Amino acid sequence: MVACPRMDAAQALADLTEISAQIEAAVLADHDGSVVASTLDDDAAAKSFAEAAAELLAAADEVRTGPGSDPLVQVEGAALDGSVFVAKDERHLVAAVTRSRPTVGLVFYDLKTCLRMLEREEEAKAPKATKTATRRPTTAKKKTEEAESESS
Amino acid sequence: MKARSAVGLLAAGAALAGAIVFVRTKSQVEREHVDVYFADGSMVSLEAGSAEGDRLLPLARRALASARG
Repeated sequence: MVACPRMDAAQALADLTEISAQIEAAVLADHDGSVVASTLDDDAAAKSFAEAAAELLAAADEVRTGPGSDPLVQVEGAALDGSVFVAKDERHLVAAVTRSRPTVGLVFYDLKTCLRMLEREEEAKAPKATKTATRRPTTAKKKTEEAESESS
Repeated sequence: MKARSAVGLLAAGAALAGAIVFVRTKSQVEREHVDVYFADGSMVSLEAGSAEGDRLLPLARRALASARG
């Protein structure tokens, strides 16, 4: 079976929207705003949403830049007609929109769970890839040794 | 007659107090803001009208608009 990180991300988002009734739409992206997966049907809208979320995160990162200050982990922007939530880990960001006056703690918890699920999936696949990569040179070396012994 | 006007005054006062509480609560709940959370558990709340809030709120509104199409 071929490992596909985009499928894992889509699954993580599907689980997110299933467990959180408050979330209308969500997108998973890299820190630069490149879309990894989205619940939106329109790709252009997903790209625009991810870029706006990355921009919000970058702008919020400038709020506290004192020496020794802790890094930013999540942002909530509350407008009159709804809220936008952005949470990030080392590799990805996940953004979601909700109706107005959502249960903030619950939405952030669900977003963090989504990021953790994706990270776990990626970690579970990483050792297999390393094993495969290290096995190949050994096999090639063995074959070379066999060929050398046959020729001599 | 005196009792009737006292009751009327009380009712008017209660209605006014209720209206003030309603308007103040509503305006507090629906005020636009951006909350920024840090790894140490601290949070900075930026209200509309503050310099940082006015810088971040348009970005939040843009994200909302692009997600809703």
